[in-house]
Order: sequence, then C-alpha cells, then structure tokens
Amino acid sequence: MVESKAMKPSREVGIIGYGAYVPRYRIAAEEIGRVWPAAGSTPVEEKSVPGLDEDSATMAIEAARNALARCGGLDPKLIRAVWVGSESHPYAVKPTGTIVAEAIGATPSTLGADLEFACKAGSEAMQMAIALVGSGMAAYAMAAGVDTAQGRPGDALEQTAGAGGAAYVFGPAGESLAVLEASYSYVTDTPDFWRRPYQHFPQHGSRFTGTPAYFRHLLGAGSGLMEELGYSAADFRHVVLHQPNTRFPTRAARDLGFKPEQYRTGLLAPRIGNTYAGAMLVGLSAVLDVAEADDRILAVSYGSGAGSDAFVWKATEQLSARRDLAPKTETYVARREPIDYGLYVRYRKKLYAH
Amino acid sequence: MRDVSIIGIGQTPVDEHWGKSLRHLAADAVLAAIQDAAVERADALYVGNMLSGVIAGQEHLGALIADFVGLRGIEAFKVEAACASGAAAVRLGYIAVAGGLADVVIAAGVEKMTDESNEVVTSGLAMAADGDYELPHGVSFVAINAMLMRRYMHVYGVSHDDFANFAVVAHQNAVNNPNARFQSSLPTSRFLDAPMICEPISLMDSSPIADGAAAVVLCATELVKDPARAVRIRASAVATDCLSLHDRRDPLRLDAVEMSAQKAYMQASVAPTDIDFFEYHDAFTIMAALSLEASGFARPGRATELAREGAIALDGRIPVATMGGLKARGHPVGATGVYQIVEAVQQLRGEAGANQVAGASLGMTQNIGGSGATVVTHILEA
Repeated sequence: MVESKAMKPSREVGIIGYGAYVPRYRIAAEEIGRVWPAAGSTPVEEKSVPGLDEDSATMAIEAARNALARCGGLDPKLIRAVWVGSESHPYAVKPTGTIVAEAIGATPSTLGADLEFACKAGSEAMQMAIALVGSGMAAYAMAAGVDTAQGRPGDALEQTAGAGGAAYVFGPAGESLAVLEASYSYVTDTPDFWRRPYQHFPQHGSRFTGTPAYFRHLLGAGSGLMEELGYSAADFRHVVLHQPNTRFPTRAARDLGFKPEQYRTGLLAPRIGNTYAGAMLVGLSAVLDVAEADDRILAVSYGSGAGSDAFVWKATEQLSARRDLAPKTETYVARREPIDYGLYVRYRKKLYAH
Repeated sequence: MRDVSIIGIGQTPVDEHWGKSLRHLAADAVLAAIQDAAVERADALYVGNMLSGVIAGQEHLGALIADFVGLRGIEAFKVEAACASGAAAVRLGYIAVAGGLADVVIAAGVEKMTDESNEVVTSGLAMAADGDYELPHGVSFVAINAMLMRRYMHVYGVSHDDFANFAVVAHQNAVNNPNARFQSSLPTSRFLDAPMICEPISLMDSSPIADGAAAVVLCATELVKDPARAVRIRASAVATDCLSLHDRRDPLRLDAVEMSAQKAYMQASVAPTDIDFFEYHDAFTIMAALSLEASGFARPGRATELAREGAIALDGRIPVATMGGLKARGHPVGATGVYQIVEAVQQLRGEAGANQVAGASLGMTQNIGGSGATVVTHILEA
C-alpha cells in the first residue's frame, strides 16, 4: 500500500492560541551598509535587534504568554509539552523549554525541551506538538520558534539576521482558531549553513544557499503538500514562507503560483529581517491576525541543513473573537526604535565576540 | 619532430556544478573528447589543475581520472602551472606526441571552485603569486591586478571606462555559447556602474570563478584518420618570468607573454597579422590589454584604443574571446587553457555557430599563470 506523503493526526488538531514577539529596536540595512559597504541592493529595509536584556528565552516567554492569552482561559497546567526551537538558545546545555514552561505555569506535569534545526527548529516543534495532541497523548501542547540570530560583522548575513519569534498552543480541533488539514516535511542532508560548537557566528555556502538549499526544500515541501491535497494556489487565501530576505520568499511564492495579495500579509522580512526559527511562525501569526473564517493558509518553513515543514491550516469562526486577547503582530512590527551601528554593536555584544 | 594535430574535443558547461565531483566533471569532458576523436585508446592522459588539493582535498589526479574513464594502466599525471595549468597539460601532450614517445595523448583541464568558501578559494588562488615576497603583504590576486591596472591608467593616461569594451565583447560572444557561465550581454552602462572589488578593478573587470572541465585528444598528424576534422598545432610555446611584480623589468610589459608569443610566431613562421582570432587570457580587463600589447596586436598603451575601434569584435581585425573568454565563458582556472583550445578548434572546424569567425584558418590561444609568470601560447591551423 502506497501511503500519502501528507501527514494527518489520528484526531483533528488545531491552533488554540498563538502569539508573536518582536523586539523594538531596528537597524536599517542602509546603516549597516554605511559601516560595511556592500554591492547591490539591500536584502531587507531594516531588521529587528534585541535589547541588552533580551534573549531567546525572554522572547519565547513573551510570545508564549500572548499565545496563552488567546487560548480563552485555558489552564496552563493542561499544556503537557513546551518545546522551543531556536539556534540561539541562551544555554548550550540547559533547556529554554523549561524556562518558558515555568514562566507560563505549565510545570511540573509537562514535557519540556529544545530543538535545533537552524530556521526549521520552530516548525519542527510544531510538528511534534501536533503529533502529541493528535495521538491523544496530551490535550494541549505548545511549540515556539524564536531567535536572536547571529551574523558576523561584515558578512552578508549581518544585513538580515534579526530577532523575534512566535508560540503556538495546539489542542482539539473543536476549540481551535485554525484547524490543521495536513502537513508534510521534506528533509535532506544539505550543508548550506552551519555553526560549529564554540563559534559565535555561522558560516554559509554563499550562492549554494539558494537553488539547491532554500528553493529545493521549500518548494519541495510546499508543492508536495499542495499536490497531495489536490490544491492549487487559488485554493488559498494566504501563504507564508520562510523569509531569510525579501527576494527568496517572493520568488518562491510566485514559483508556487501565488499572487502578491496572497503572500503580502505574511511577508515581514523587509521590516524585521530574518527571525530564523521564528520567521515562518511570526509570518503565520500576522496572517492569523487578519484571516477570516474558512480562509485556507499554506505555511512553509525552511531550515538549513536542510529541510522544510509545510502546513495547511483552515481558519475557524472562533478566530475573530479571540485574536484581540493579545497584541497583534503588526503592533510589534510597527513599534520601532531605530538605532545606529554603534548601539547595535553594544546591544548585540559584538565587541566581545570573536 | 612529428607534426601534431587535435582530433577530438570535449567540454562541460562552465557552471556551479554542485552535483558533480571533480572526477565526474573531468570524465564528462574526457569521454566526450574520446568520442569526438573516435579513438579506442590513448597512450597518456595529462590533467591540468591548480586547486584540487586545496579545494577538494584531492591530489593525484592523473591516475584518478585515467582509472575513472576506463583507461586504467596508462601513463597519467597532473600538471600544475597556476592558471596556465590547462594549456601546460596540452603542451606536455604536444611534447610527447611530437617527440615520438606517444601517438595519441589526452590533455584535460579540470577545476571545481564553487564548493568552497570565497576565503579558501581566494587564498588558494593567491598561491600563484610569490609566497615569500608577495603574499606576506596580504595581497590577493585581484589586488595584484589592481596595482597593474592602476599603474597602466597612470602611465598611459587611460581611464577605467576605457576598459569596458573588453568585458562587453566577451559577454556579447558568450550569448551564443551554450557552455558559457554568463550567456548574457553586458550593456556598457552596467560595466560603468559595476560595484568596486579592489579599486580600480570592478566586478565587471573580473572573470568569475567556476567549475568546469575540457579535454582534447592529440594525435600524430601522420596517423590522423579524418584529416578534414583535424586541427594542426602549428606552434606550442611556453615562457616564464619571475612570479613577483616587483622583480619585473617593467610591470606593464609581460615579458613571458612576449617571449611565448614570439616563440610561437617563429615556430609557425607567421606574424601577428596572420592570426585570424585570439583566445586571450582576460582574467581581468587589464590582463586583456597587456596580453594584446605583449603579443604584438597593439602597441604599448594602445590596447583600449584597439578595443574601442571594434578590432576585437567577431568581425574585427583580431577577434578575441570568441566564445566568451574568461570574463563570460568563465574561469575554472586549471581548465581554462583547455577551454581556450577547444574553442579555437570549434572555430577552425567551422563549428562555432553564430560566433563563427569568417574564414578562420589560423587561431592563437594564450593561457597565463599568475600575473604573467607562466605563459603558454598555441597557434592552431584548420
């Protein structure tokens, strides 16, 4: 028997609550270019920068609290897993997941752990949370994707490496703001970007990060899931793709047959940069902030190394009532305090990094 | 000494070959050349390559590739002369056949550069300069050429814009070459607006690194079975100079280019005016200018004028880079010299398609290693 590539849980699962967080500081690509002149146009307009007292744990907590607020009075003790995907966990050994679980009151009867899969760590956590709930092992589970991404001064990555993230609580479809139709994951061993232990900054394969890495996996997952479900771009109101810059997701969305009005809402990279493990998750939260009942949404992540997770969601009637229970994504994106390269260096502690 | 002919050619597209290993690339070109030559065997395989050790962690290419193409047992080894490695391998094949030590020899060039980081590739390429007296000062290869270009502009009073035609012509010719890295024309305005790499060298002065392999099959002319397709090697000449710029008699006079070209003209009993087209080593536009001058196609300081007058176009007095040159076909360094010869054979066979130089019967190729320390010049005849 040939099974479908699309993954569906045994019992229907949906998003019960979601929340985003983006730090307030912004550095313009032009300002980075003033210090590090680079050829060509800038890949984003500006990117978000975390403050001195912010890291992936604090940002995950902010997002998790927003997600919990939208759950409509859910007792956090019923959340039986808190999984945090990031490539900038504050500790090499010591979970971020437990910090977040404690902060939202989900401890002690819970799973808690961290994931690492470059920018796919957050969506991989979503897959696990969906599986936990979908199998009946737990009624509710939380997944977060968050990063304070690193870029070596002067490297192309520095122009885009931003900060932010989002958290999602999954639970029974009947209580949900958006129901999962199916998901699909597409993974190969493709070394396009990596960071070794004890290194501050990642290395990347320059142009190799494009066609054989981002586009192959993201389009493989996105078109793979659409084909399995018999959908074309016209069946979706919104599409959200991993967004390391402005150009990649724009081209990929077009390749999948989507129009600007379908990908515009979830494309935040031009304004906050690449939030890595948070990128697709924050984009999806921006879409949920405006989606209407029965809107179908395609969301596809991409993580170097490499792989993509694709999800098809369908918004429910409950979305419009509960989304106002926490700050909107746009509130965070629009809340901006520009800083210059000097402050940026201080906030990112780049004077000490080697 | 026996007369030598090229009876087969093969090449892979010049590209980012992330899906192919060094040996697969080389095999694609060698097997294509063997098929084109319609030969069953060869006495030797010489492989031009500069950076396989640095980039792929693989040396010992002769035996590796001979075995991989099904020629296990034959004489085979790698030839290294920086960016002139490819033509040096052909030169070695020529020596073997002309000297009567071999009847059929395959000369190949292969390079894979796009798998590694720019830092590794740039420092690898810098090894073509003097490791004791140039590299300790931190110069890259672009920087060495930038100094030459700056000096040239100062001495001859030409501007950076004057170099545009070398790049524009190369790109124009690459449009019709399916194996070229950049099959796109280059408007002069894009040359003028190109981002600076190492002043005064901009992005559009520079040839791109790339992956690729090319191969030729050499045969004693007396043994050639299909003379109609064979291309005779009328001259094969190598000259050398000191590696470092500061030891040169005059940095703007590439003595090894001049010596190598003069030797080739003497061997073939021809003059520059007899040459129908010139596959030159335009790694940077400044190298294009210096090569034209030292090879006798332009007086010192006048190469940009030659280009401006249209003399280097396909219908000009001395067409150059007829399939795109290093600038637009691409520069897989150790393979480049063989690409030049393969393209010259295409011209002389009348197989250059839309880029066919009308009535081409005598073509010259010139492969330069380093900033001019090894120069290999060949003159080929239809």
